[in-house]
Amino acid sequence: MTVRSRSSAPRDLLGQSLTWLCGGALALNLLLILGLLALIAVQGLGFFWQKDLLLLTLTDGTRVFAEIHEREVRPAAAGGPRLRLKTGNRDLTGLDFRWVEESAIAGRERPRDAVLLERLEWGNFHGRAVELRHDGEVRATGAGVWEAFGPVHEAGLRLRRRVERLERGDIGTVNMEIERLRLERRRIEMGGADPARRAARLSEVAAREAAAQERFAVLAGRLATERREMERDVLVMEAADGQRKEVAAGQIVTALRPNTLSVGERAWLYLTRTWTFVSGDPRESNTEGGIFPAIFGTVMMVFIMSFAVAPLGIIAALYLREYAHQGPLVRLVRIAVNNLAGVPSIVFGVFGLGFFVYLVGGTIDRMFYAEALPTPTFGTGGILWASLTLALLTVPVVIVATEEGLAAVPRIMREGSLALGATKLETTWRVVLPAAAPGILTGLILAMARAAGEVAPLMIVGMVKLAPQLPIDTTAPFLHLERKFMHLGFHIYDVGFQSPNVEATKPLVFATALLLIVTVTLMNLVAIALRNHLRRRYASSVV
Amino acid sequence: MPDSDVETQPAPAVAPPPGAPHPVIVHPVLRVDHLSLWYGTAQALHDISLDIPDKRITAFIGPSGCGKSTLLRCFNRLNDLIDSVRIEGGIEFEGASIQAPEVDTNHLRRRIGMVFQKSNPFPKSIFENVAYGPRVHGMRRRRDLDDTVERSLRSAALWDEVKDRLEDSALGLSGGQQQRLCIARALAVEPEVILLDEPCSALDPVATARIEELMVELKDRYTLIIVTHNMQQASRVSDFTAFLYLGRLVEYGETQRIFINPHMKQTEDYITGRFG
Repeated sequence: MTVRSRSSAPRDLLGQSLTWLCGGALALNLLLILGLLALIAVQGLGFFWQKDLLLLTLTDGTRVFAEIHEREVRPAAAGGPRLRLKTGNRDLTGLDFRWVEESAIAGRERPRDAVLLERLEWGNFHGRAVELRHDGEVRATGAGVWEAFGPVHEAGLRLRRRVERLERGDIGTVNMEIERLRLERRRIEMGGADPARRAARLSEVAAREAAAQERFAVLAGRLATERREMERDVLVMEAADGQRKEVAAGQIVTALRPNTLSVGERAWLYLTRTWTFVSGDPRESNTEGGIFPAIFGTVMMVFIMSFAVAPLGIIAALYLREYAHQGPLVRLVRIAVNNLAGVPSIVFGVFGLGFFVYLVGGTIDRMFYAEALPTPTFGTGGILWASLTLALLTVPVVIVATEEGLAAVPRIMREGSLALGATKLETTWRVVLPAAAPGILTGLILAMARAAGEVAPLMIVGMVKLAPQLPIDTTAPFLHLERKFMHLGFHIYDVGFQSPNVEATKPLVFATALLLIVTVTLMNLVAIALRNHLRRRYASSVV
Repeated sequence: MPDSDVETQPAPAVAPPPGAPHPVIVHPVLRVDHLSLWYGTAQALHDISLDIPDKRITAFIGPSGCGKSTLLRCFNRLNDLIDSVRIEGGIEFEGASIQAPEVDTNHLRRRIGMVFQKSNPFPKSIFENVAYGPRVHGMRRRRDLDDTVERSLRSAALWDEVKDRLEDSALGLSGGQQQRLCIARALAVEPEVILLDEPCSALDPVATARIEELMVELKDRYTLIIVTHNMQQASRVSDFTAFLYLGRLVEYGETQRIFINPHMKQTEDYITGRFG
């Protein structure tokens, strides 16, 4: 006893310090993750808060309306602290952000009549509203402009919604019909029917084409009228340096006087802006507007991927674990499957391009969409091919998790089923698979998380910077698997590093990253809830 | 411990000497004829022959590893699941060999049901557990299933305890209830023989007593074969008892006779607790 207690003191010390080391490593990991999340959250969420619009007078005499976005502290030798200002008015000055040294600012004012316009084009305008015109004649000037502009703005917004509906709905439908008729004509021309019948059918199609063109002309005329209507009301703005700019009411997304807003109004503004960001379409090469198509594309791609990877992975794992003779070959296959998870994802992308897009897609095009060639339908990147490529990428995860789930089902459970006269297939389907379902879902959750964050392989199999249409819409056949799609991960890259206006998009990068994290978390939570539901249903014995 | 005692035993008898006659059983349900079984190269059963009587309880007793469970699992060919098993000799079920390759094991296992040592209800509701067998054998109508489930649970003396929570998970039942559920599940496919592999070894005495009562009730309608290492259990419930030792059938006879007047020295040593 004495010997043991004497020698155990240093060993206890070692054990304790090891415990501290392990705990410390965990704490460091958690800290890093929390720090990352906090950084993204703060940077991304702060973006939508409306700051004061200050009228700054610089020491060289110039005046500018600006929001202060960032203050960088630098040593005095390097020039002292400097400010990053959002000055807007890109159409006048060429830039909407600029760095100004704090010492160069001679005066700051918070004029209550400073106006911020969010426009469809050219970004924000900072200035004062000086005139409101209708068809060129002045309706209001000076202090009355803001009040008079209210109803005009409302009407402008309504008008714009109408134009959008017209463009997307009616004109879009007619356009698609014209395209369909064109393809039908090609099909008839390529087909081998006898000449008389072919001519008859061609003339019929031509008649329908003419009708569609006529409808298109009518709609285009209406659109032009609406467009002109949008240009009739004009707000004349004056920048801080006295330059004037006419802004059509139809171009204005929001108009506000930031310095008059209360905290409550700012909070409301914050919520509506966040909602616009989440639900709106991108504008101005993705630097403004929302990112809804990217969210939609990401979620839908993960969905299709799950539908592809689940059966594939589960069936493969079933064979490996339940049916294959457990020999060296199966062990080899298992090692290979595990290694597949380590192959660089871009390699999967290249494979997807070569196999799915060119080979499978090209074949489908030749067989079913020959009339559209040389424009590819499935023979080009699309959401289906991207999802299938990711399914290949994540299938090892599902196989491994499913195998583990199957191995955890006790032998006695299978014997119980077999002893009742059930076949092996019935046993697998009705007893083993349900019991292994939570494990399988865990694998699927991991696969989904991996797929949602993957960008590299998607860049060559169908992900694009800006997709004009969602893969699901109201025109038959509603689900357009051949369409290209947007993705949050790629959106981050594109907005942050490929944008012409990097300063403007920096907060967008954080906001998009935050949204990607939230989206992945939400999808995982749904899957986890499903798994827990299954666990409760198939709760393992308490023994 | 049985292991250390076994080591001190003298070398086991090669075959039962002629002094241990088998009981004469008219119209046996199962006939085991010179059955030997190997796991790979290790022989687990040595030349076993015995007849199982109809509508009676037959108990297999013996120390751990004597082959009684292996013999039991030959009757529904559950040993088929193990790749390395090789069998010689034969088993006849109602006059027909069950060994033949053309025998439909699913059909055989429907006629010869089994209850395992550790209760193994499926992770499903109580109802679905009992309905499982009838379902895989093609029963689809809800009314038929309802009737079968109720009848089976009543036969297993479980109906009154679970009738209000048939849709609850079977895993929420107590150990004894789970084992009776497994019996009900086996009864639901209307077997002729029920194999019970140490069905009470994981249960407390009260639950054990209920299962034993149940077995006695069931023997009017079914042939039961029970493997047990509990000699009191064998003497309480069974009509015939077979004592197996190291893969050999040492003695087989009416339970009363075996326990009161064993012919073989090894049987006597085992039932009097000198080893095992």
